Formats: sequence, C-alpha cells, structure tokens
Amino acid sequence: MAMTEQRVSYTLDSSLETIDRAEEKATHIATELGFPEEEVMQISMAVREGAVNAVLHGNAYAPDKKVTLAFEQTGSDLVITIRDQGKGMDLSKIPNPLAPENLMKTSGRGIFLMRSFMDVVEIRPSQTGTELKLIKHVRGPAGGKEASQ
Amino acid sequence: MSMKVSSRQVDGVTIVDCSGRITLGEGSVILRDTVRDLLSKGNKKIVLNLAEVNYIDSSGIGELVSAFTTTKNQGGELKLLNLTKKVNDLLQITKLYTVFDVKDDEAAAVKSFK
Repeated sequence: MAMTEQRVSYTLDSSLETIDRAEEKATHIATELGFPEEEVMQISMAVREGAVNAVLHGNAYAPDKKVTLAFEQTGSDLVITIRDQGKGMDLSKIPNPLAPENLMKTSGRGIFLMRSFMDVVEIRPSQTGTELKLIKHVRGPAGGKEASQ
Repeated sequence: MSMKVSSRQVDGVTIVDCSGRITLGEGSVILRDTVRDLLSKGNKKIVLNLAEVNYIDSSGIGELVSAFTTTKNQGGELKLLNLTKKVNDLLQITKLYTVFDVKDDEAAAVKSFK
C-alpha cells in the first residue's frame, strides 16, 4: 500500500477476495470523508462493480496480473481509479441493460450501476489494460466550500 | 456476512428464507443451487424471502433473473417477498421490479399461486 495525505493506492491480486476488499476500502474511505450512508452504499457498490470488471473481465483471474485501486480526494471530488492488465473492452459492444431485449439477461448491469451511482464514470484503455475512473462529488462536511452552501 | 438460506413449506409453496449478501461468488452459487435443487425435487412454487438480504450486486441481480427464468421454463413460478429498501431500489433502477412478482406479505404471496 502506498499512501500520501490525500491519496491511497493498493495493488491487489486478481481474486474474489480483491473484490470484497475493494468494496470494504471504498466503504471505509467514503465514510471517513463524511458521505451520507446512502452515498457510501452507492460508492462501495460502484467500486465493487468496477473491481468485478477488473478481476473477471479484465484480468480473467490470471494470477500474474494485478488490479490497482486508488482513492484520491481532489478539491470537492472523491476520485477512484481502478486499473487492470487485461485486453481492454469495447464500450460500443456493451448492450443497454434496460432495453426490453436485454432486461432478462443475467449479466451486463455492472457499468450501468456504476453510472447510476457515480457523478462521473470514465473507461479508457491504459498502457497495460483498462483504466476505470469513478468520481463522486463531495457534498457533505468533507466537501469544503460546498458544505456551507 | 455470507449468504444463508433455509427452506420451509407453506400450503404447497416453498418459502426460501435468505439472509446476508447475494453477490458474485458464494452468495450467487448458494441461491442458484437452492433453486435448482427445489426444482429437481418438483417444488415449482417458490417464494424467495429477501427480508434479511442486506446487499446484492449485479451478479446477485443476475442470479435472481436466472432463478426466475429457470423456474418459469420448468413450468413453475418464483416470487419475491419482503424486499429491503436497497434491493427494492436496485430492482427499480434496473427496471426489473415490474418483471418480478414482488410481495410484501407472506400469506398473500402463498395465496397468489395458482
């Protein structure tokens, strides 16, 4: 684990334990930052879904591939970055899970849930795989100026 | 807390009391195995009581869809009972709330089977 005043990062194995651990870290950090309970749940679920994508669809459980998870508070944002070392994904091929023909599919809702729960979701290729950036605006006491508005 | 299930019979309907988390891995597998086991034994009227399910992820949602579809394909019916707010909200935003037959009263759920 590497840690600075406002940034924490972890390098994790491609395992189911990583998914649970990522969720736990997100819950802890979001709580520490003063997010209300409802938003803590949203952040932790978005991070869980991001970690699932990295471990399963990105690294495909490969023992030699790592997932990096970073939490950073920048201004009034909580920025969470999840990187994998997989082949990357083609966003254009991800179907809309709300479309009638997809409603009864048993998978394909992860990115939709992330977008439902976070203010910004960015997915792009990185040097080694895929980089997912999740941003939640801090609206509580930790949000500095926003807190007094 | 991992997923736990226990089943009981009420007037020919199988109530599956679930507690914990339905998430990728153990939770989803337990739910899948439970429903398949019930169907294989001819129990085709199933109610999943989710009152004690405090967390569900996209894999868990997928497992609920799978359980619903598998039961229906075998001529049965699967209903959901006592959703927590979190699970209710997730089924709302994924537009699955109207797909599932959701009940909030066990007696009414049992009576609703044909």
